[in-house]
Amino acid sequence: MLGALTLLLLFQLAGEVIVQFFALPVPGPVIGMALLFAALVARDGVPDNLRSTANNLLQHLSLLFVPAGVGVMVHLARLGDEWPAIVGALVASTFVTLGVTGLVLCAFLKRGKSQP
Amino acid sequence: MAPRLTEIWVYLAASPLLGLTLTLLSYQGAYWLYQRSGMNPTANPVAIAVAIIVALLTLTGTSYATYFDGAQFVHFLLGPATVALAVPLYAQLPRLRRMFGPALLALAIGSLTAIVSAIAVGWALGASQPTLMSLAPKSVTTPIAMGIAEKIGGLPSLTAVLVVTTGILGAIGAQWLFRLLRVKDEAVQGFAIGVAAHGIGTARAFQISETMGAFAALAMGLNGLATALLLPILVTAWGGP
Repeated sequence: MLGALTLLLLFQLAGEVIVQFFALPVPGPVIGMALLFAALVARDGVPDNLRSTANNLLQHLSLLFVPAGVGVMVHLARLGDEWPAIVGALVASTFVTLGVTGLVLCAFLKRGKSQP
Repeated sequence: MAPRLTEIWVYLAASPLLGLTLTLLSYQGAYWLYQRSGMNPTANPVAIAVAIIVALLTLTGTSYATYFDGAQFVHFLLGPATVALAVPLYAQLPRLRRMFGPALLALAIGSLTAIVSAIAVGWALGASQPTLMSLAPKSVTTPIAMGIAEKIGGLPSLTAVLVVTTGILGAIGAQWLFRLLRVKDEAVQGFAIGVAAHGIGTARAFQISETMGAFAALAMGLNGLATALLLPILVTAWGGP
């Protein structure tokens, strides 16, 4: 548990260093994820302790968004003024994106299968 | 007795312990409700937990900054959790190899759709410029979206709220939409959820199946990269700030 958590933090740290060094527009943890993925491919397997720690952490992934969500209380005035535009944009854009991405990927996969 | 209680409250309200405990308790209460509802997507645990906490903070007159002193420890774990997504992703490696090309194309189209539709609908309904710029990165995970919003002239803390709302909407509505559109492949469903509804959608996808969760995690990571690269360019081209 401790070793695996340290490993995750080390990869995150490596990601942060790369982002700062190359002035990338991407956050460090995403680069950290890519690095860990590459390391797992190179190693050809996941160590047991890393697998169990990752599963524990990801099991309650949604908990980690709660503090940011509570930030809604700071923006109540703006939301009160602009709520029709905000709600409209969020609902329409989320569903359109879900639908378009799903249908497009389905179509591409089908075409790939029919002409091997 | 009452003055003593006030003293204790003043002490506790200033320490991070209360914000942290409140976050964990509210989430577990919300998760219990979610389970009791038979994992009904409309009983989204993030939405319920946020509602409980906002109500309690408002009732006790506690500021968000004071609350966040404690809650930041939970918020911090988003970083290592994002890195940990590499593990379920690795488990899908053989499948990933097979659909790599189509997935990248779908990512590009999905990412653009998310940005353009959010700005277009917001603009048509009369949202202000800072609100539009805060809406634009709403489909990518919180830390990325906040970074992008800052760069393009949005309000990072508003973006965080819009991102969480988007995730909740996606987690609630995705299964229903896929049934309607007859999208049945779990990998495809997961990928679309990851592009449109980032980590909260991914958390929901993991509860349905490991495959769906892993593809959601993949799409979420890729869309984070794609949006971080595309959006500043689009905004500059549009003649933004």
